Amino acid sequence: MPYSELMVKPMREELTSAGVKELRTAADVDAFMAEKSGTALLVVNSVCGCAAGMARPGIRLALQNERRPDRIASVFAGQDLEATARARGYISDVPPSSPSIAFFKDGELVHFIPRHRIEGRDAHAVAGDLTTVFNENCLVPATA
Amino acid sequence: MGTFHQGKSELHGITVVVDTDGPEIFVGRCDDVDDRGVFLHDVDVHRDGENGRSKEDYVKRAAQLGVWKKHDHLVIPNDRVVSIRRLGEI
Repeated sequence: MPYSELMVKPMREELTSAGVKELRTAADVDAFMAEKSGTALLVVNSVCGCAAGMARPGIRLALQNERRPDRIASVFAGQDLEATARARGYISDVPPSSPSIAFFKDGELVHFIPRHRIEGRDAHAVAGDLTTVFNENCLVPATA
Repeated sequence: MGTFHQGKSELHGITVVVDTDGPEIFVGRCDDVDDRGVFLHDVDVHRDGENGRSKEDYVKRAAQLGVWKKHDHLVIPNDRVVSIRRLGEI
């Protein structure tokens, strides 16, 4: 059963305020995944503080990196059920876990951070894993 | 920001590998550990040699991407438990 939206709102905003697009419906997910070119990060957000409490600040830190994915989005497990199920359909070879983080390049899943790689770690460690992936796969942004 | 769970084991919320004195090895999210045993959610179980994999082969594979749960909840009695490890540290 979903948690109160009042309780979840700050957890949504912790990511959206960092530029993460929240996908609330299956159609939102399909539209996000329809774009195949470049790099994309898809976060499965979660209420559980045991892991998500470190995942979100880790993602925020990682997004300060010079190299970042072209597109960044999230679904909220346990809250936006249809959107989460659709997102998991795009990574159906991977056991579902939340929170988790999927990184795509040209539409292919090239890196996945499951919940157990987030648990018990701090935000800097999570960010370190993500920035390694970003630096290996994302382009340096063009200067104005 | 997150949820808080007072009075639980330090492994609460952590995905663990519970090895037993028998052929079974379990991977699940620990809810608690007390006098009765290890309480797990979203649990997969592997039997040594199943699908041609030893317990350690199974654990190495689980450590990469996780496991597909076979049970929503299980309790592993303490007298069967040989070790408890964090999957994230494997």
